[in-house]
Amino acid sequence: MSLDQTIRPRLSALEAAWVIARRDFVAVLFSRAFLFFLLGPLFPVVVGGLAGAIGGEVQREAVSVEIGLAMSPDDNAAMLAAGKRLAPQLGGALPRLREVPEAAGDPAFDARAFMEARRGNYAGILTGTLAAPELVGTEGQLRRWQGPVGLLAGHATSAEPTTFPDVASAVVTTSAAAERSSRIQTAQVAQMLLFLLTMLLAGMVLSNLVEEKANKIIEILAAAIPMDAVFMGKLFAMLAVSFVGIGVWGLAAYGFWTIGSDAITAASGFDIARLPAPAVGWPLFLVLGIVYFAMAYLLLGALFLTIGAMANTVREVQTLSMPVTMMQLMVFFLAAYVIKQPGSGLELAAIAFPLSSPFAMLARAAMEPELWTHALALAWQALAVLALVKGGSLLFRKRVMKSGGAGRVRKSWFARRSAGAAEPAE
Amino acid sequence: MAVSEQSRTGNAGIGFSAIPDDARPLAIEARGLVKSFDGTRAVDGVDISVPEGAIYGVLGPNGAGKTTTLRMLLGIIDPDEGVRRVFGHDRPHDIGRLIGYLPEERGLYPSMKCVEAIAFMGALRGLPLKEGRKRAVELLERHGLGYAAERQIRQLSKGMAQTVQLLGTLVHRPRLVVLDEPFSGLDAINQGKLELMIRALADDGVTVIFSTHVIHHAERLCEGVAIIAGGKVPYAGSVEAARDRIPAQVRLETRAREGAWLAFLPPETRRNGDFFQFALPETGIEPLLKGLIEGEAGILSLSIERAGLHDAFVAIAGEAAARQLEADAAEGRA
Repeated sequence: MSLDQTIRPRLSALEAAWVIARRDFVAVLFSRAFLFFLLGPLFPVVVGGLAGAIGGEVQREAVSVEIGLAMSPDDNAAMLAAGKRLAPQLGGALPRLREVPEAAGDPAFDARAFMEARRGNYAGILTGTLAAPELVGTEGQLRRWQGPVGLLAGHATSAEPTTFPDVASAVVTTSAAAERSSRIQTAQVAQMLLFLLTMLLAGMVLSNLVEEKANKIIEILAAAIPMDAVFMGKLFAMLAVSFVGIGVWGLAAYGFWTIGSDAITAASGFDIARLPAPAVGWPLFLVLGIVYFAMAYLLLGALFLTIGAMANTVREVQTLSMPVTMMQLMVFFLAAYVIKQPGSGLELAAIAFPLSSPFAMLARAAMEPELWTHALALAWQALAVLALVKGGSLLFRKRVMKSGGAGRVRKSWFARRSAGAAEPAE
Repeated sequence: MAVSEQSRTGNAGIGFSAIPDDARPLAIEARGLVKSFDGTRAVDGVDISVPEGAIYGVLGPNGAGKTTTLRMLLGIIDPDEGVRRVFGHDRPHDIGRLIGYLPEERGLYPSMKCVEAIAFMGALRGLPLKEGRKRAVELLERHGLGYAAERQIRQLSKGMAQTVQLLGTLVHRPRLVVLDEPFSGLDAINQGKLELMIRALADDGVTVIFSTHVIHHAERLCEGVAIIAGGKVPYAGSVEAARDRIPAQVRLETRAREGAWLAFLPPETRRNGDFFQFALPETGIEPLLKGLIEGEAGILSLSIERAGLHDAFVAIAGEAAARQLEADAAEGRA
């Protein structure tokens, strides 16, 4: 029988991994579950946004910065006019002013009794005259608003000064110490993002071999290609799926940012645009971020794949996910801890330990401009990925496939026969 | 260590051969395979040799070590001891494109379409996906499943899914096809179709090795068998030689009940109603016939029946193994 000529010679490990990766990638990407997976992170954002908005509203209502005016109508009007005049310059430093309706036309209005009766929602009530104003309120509120109210009363009494010059601003370059200190913030944000993404995405790998084991497909795969190619293929397929996820989330985040960057900044209290530039510069930092994410994913993924491969059911995988998450946290804490200890033995240990290495190195990219360290670290991490995959597949063959070691008589027997062994007529 | 026929016959050519005087190169050769699971020897010194183009059966009851042996031959698991070679290679993955394997526990991705499942199995063996899809459609059409080409595996019946997997095993046109219990779970019609398919493969020069606990399949299809019992191979060789191990049985009916001719019957003769039954004497039938005629036994009927593979199995593997084999076969049919 002549050999089929359309079939390629023996698949290389990479080609075999590609066959697995392609199938897994398509299978995951075109599943309904993936849509929910993509939408998953939006739920906490929406819930968080709603909760934040409600909480903010409640807080705004609960913590009043309104000063009630219980003076004569003219004095009240003068105070309100002064507030309006000063607002453009002092903004939030001034309290909001509002006439107390209950005091209008009531010469016997008792501000102290009113406040003690917990009526209205005022930080304090201003009585008396512009010349001798009296602020009624709690001690804390008085301490906070006494000065601004005095300023307002002064401006209400006299037109002097009526205008304020614009204050010109000039930014000076920061000191080296301040620069390092501010870059720590970038490093922390980058590490946190890397951690969140790997935690969110690498967990998917845990259950990746369960389907093959449950459906007995693993037997066909194991018969056709080496197990490390199966592992590698699955790992890269899930990495590709993760990049799709990150791409979708990134686009969504960019869309949100474009629509409401001010609102997001105000709500979160964090302005990403003001994040200090990393030492290697933003473009390279982003590239390194992607590469370190891939490495962190592959390293953790290889470990998770091995752990997950030992599980027989989804239930077992679920049981495993808790210690795995804890392990991820430990790795993250280690990397986060060493940010402020550059060059220390602990930082080197975090860089040398493969699982924390991408986190520690990304922080380093934010803090230090040297690039050769990244080349070295990436080579080391790639080596660790290969070792983990190889070790994982070996363990899988031993523990799950129950494969033993090589035959003891193989060498001697084949040594005798190899000369006469015929190659197949291909 | 099993005494295989080839070692008895001292077969020439490339080492061990299952078939006497067979000069064909070997598709599979294994010697002294040992595999233990948790301290228990599942396979204990198995020798198997299968010439290229042969249909070869691995026969034994459940738990005898058939699947473990096949998995070792295919490189799915490594033996603890011993050697294996497939087309001369000791690493079966190196010649993965030459091999097709249908495992005992059928496995397919339930969400995959039939065409994709077959093409994927071909891709695992190096067949480009595009070509795999094309061939998948052809194969499905040829086997009456063209209408299901775009259906998901989960939508198929068990028998259809089994057929799809078998087609996936063959899509890359392998030179060696290993089928683990291929008849299991199939109805009689599909068993017949599968037998035809196996014969067609062999006609094309493909080596087919399959495990079974149904003796009739092996007897009908195989030119060589390995009988496995308790992890050992007490016999490996041609089906003919296995049957030849048991002398032919003579069944004699006479008009006379007594007479001097009785002295010509072998001492172990059993009387069963009107019939005498005994193994064909080593001296042949002629001296016996002469004695019966001269002694005026009045021969009413005389038949010489060659032993079947079942009788050979009983003689080789033992009565208990044979009973278990029959029970497994009945279970498989159920």
